Amino acid sequence: MIKHEYSELQPMTPSWLALVGVLGVLILAAFGAVWYMEHNGHWVTGMTNQVVWGTPHVFAVFLIVAASGALNVASIGSVFGRELYKPLGRLSGLLALALLAGGLAVLVLDLGRPDRAMVMIAHWNLRSVFSLNVVLYSGMFSLIALYLWTMMDWTMKAYYKPVAVAAFLWRLLLTTGTGSIFGFLIARDGYGSAVMAPEFIAMSFAFGLAVFNLVLLGFYAGSGRPISHALIHRLGSRLGLFVAADLYFVAMQHITSLYWGGRAAFETFILTSGGVYTLLFWVGQIVLGGLIPLWLGFCPRPMERGRVRIASALVILGGLAQMYVLIVGGQAFPLQLFPGMEVSSAFADGQFHAYTPSLPEVVLGLGGFAIALMIVVLGCSFLRFLPVSLDHHGEHITPCGCGPIHHHK
Amino acid sequence: MTCPNTNKDRRQFLAGVAATAVLAPGVVLLTAPASARAPGEPATSANRWGLLIDTTLCKSDCTACVGACVKEMGLEGHDRPRTDAQYIRKVTVSDPETGHSHTLPVMCQHCAKAACIEVCPTGASMRRADGIVLVDRHICIGCRYCMMACPYKARSFTHEEQDNQKSYLPRGKGCVEACTLCAHRIDDGREPACVEACVTEGQGAMLFGDLADPASKIAQRVAKEASSRIRADLGLEPAVRYQGI
Repeated sequence: MIKHEYSELQPMTPSWLALVGVLGVLILAAFGAVWYMEHNGHWVTGMTNQVVWGTPHVFAVFLIVAASGALNVASIGSVFGRELYKPLGRLSGLLALALLAGGLAVLVLDLGRPDRAMVMIAHWNLRSVFSLNVVLYSGMFSLIALYLWTMMDWTMKAYYKPVAVAAFLWRLLLTTGTGSIFGFLIARDGYGSAVMAPEFIAMSFAFGLAVFNLVLLGFYAGSGRPISHALIHRLGSRLGLFVAADLYFVAMQHITSLYWGGRAAFETFILTSGGVYTLLFWVGQIVLGGLIPLWLGFCPRPMERGRVRIASALVILGGLAQMYVLIVGGQAFPLQLFPGMEVSSAFADGQFHAYTPSLPEVVLGLGGFAIALMIVVLGCSFLRFLPVSLDHHGEHITPCGCGPIHHHK
Repeated sequence: MTCPNTNKDRRQFLAGVAATAVLAPGVVLLTAPASARAPGEPATSANRWGLLIDTTLCKSDCTACVGACVKEMGLEGHDRPRTDAQYIRKVTVSDPETGHSHTLPVMCQHCAKAACIEVCPTGASMRRADGIVLVDRHICIGCRYCMMACPYKARSFTHEEQDNQKSYLPRGKGCVEACTLCAHRIDDGREPACVEACVTEGQGAMLFGDLADPASKIAQRVAKEASSRIRADLGLEPAVRYQGI
């Protein structure tokens, strides 16, 4: 086993100050957006009585899903014993914690009454998937904190493996819970499916690793730390694998809905005639966020930093598109009060519901990303999360690109 | 200060008068199948308040029920149809194959197995013992999950500050709201405003009553006549039944 040396990021450098400054401005802007929306009420947003969850939820759910996926890197090293990933465990845990915090911040700040968020602690409805998720989020924070402790404190080494297994199982539960928020909605044609839970897990693998890749490569480029080609190749090709899993479950979701006669109209809407939703589905989610990263991950050439960055950025953009299609597109399609009949009313029954994201919503969503990144930057600046080097495995990619050659362990 | 007993007696007296007020033989001005509850007296599961709506009597150009609800609940709004609250709406249903069309009022269906109650994280969406589904605005956090879950689109989000609020219906910005079946009127021994308006201004398509009372008119009619529920396939057991859908 190789013993890794960890060190903090150098704070107060010009690039560090610029990064923290930009993130700080984004966070302040997000709080300004929240104040504007809460002071005036949600009528100033694009959300309505027909489309009740909008852009903030797109960002929030993406971040929460990505959080559990970001922890996978640590799990691959600890639970599944892959040495190559073990030094990445600390950053993986910190990023998971930060993304979860960012996502939950957006979710809470978009509430009609964010001042009552603590009510959720005092009043429980144990039958609600939302309540279950509050338990899962709280448990996730605790387990990740414990996990980081066992990774960073040598005296806690005995607990490392059991905590790692617990965190891995918990993260699967957590994403199951997030997917079930939609999977349990029986009334809407775009949701109400058991496939939502595994689909969200597949999404989380892809989104979380994509964010992890960008953060890792960014920090290591910024601080001049080396990363082995083998690791870069693995991270890129594994991203391709996770994207393939996501595509598989997306295909299953739509194919099962197409076979379900009552949902054919919804599928027609999303797949062919839904305007922005159809465009985002095919171009954003499938091509940019799916097929291109898949090709980049599996094409027979070793992955380079640039390709991993492009693939990861595309997965994130595609993931946001996927969330938008799922969350907003699912509401834009009208509820079927009388399946098979045509309905109309003064309350927009039978109509495709319009939704245009407002600037405050987008700013709040971006603020969630900024909160997550700020936590990671500050965490890495003041605690030893980052290995000094990720290049002392002595591994190189074979000329055929089929995998790394281990010179020594 | 008024004596609770006096209040109760007065309510019962008014309810009795209302129940028997007749303009002419066969033309009933008001009926009040509910009996008033004394202040502090809890709702009871002995009642299951519900509606029976005969859509064959519901005229497409009549919006008496909607207007009465707006007035009763102070829902005048801000002239922003996409965000203004609506507790009851007239829905036109057309069969694309036959061309047949009819209208019906749709409001909270006060389901026995309400999806909104199931999903609410804080328990703000709740059911009274007598089956009326309400939102406890003290603990509603405005997450709108209930609006995502409701198959009837019966709920609205209070998107902004509201004027003209009624003492019996506080409407807090940032909370979710919906038809209360006029619980305040039922507690007073009166009928919901929409039903009253349908009787007085419309065609009497709406019948309110206690589904749990075999002697009630509504219970007797649903026992003898065909009726159905919107999206009965979802198994939510609404308290609002329709005829002619």
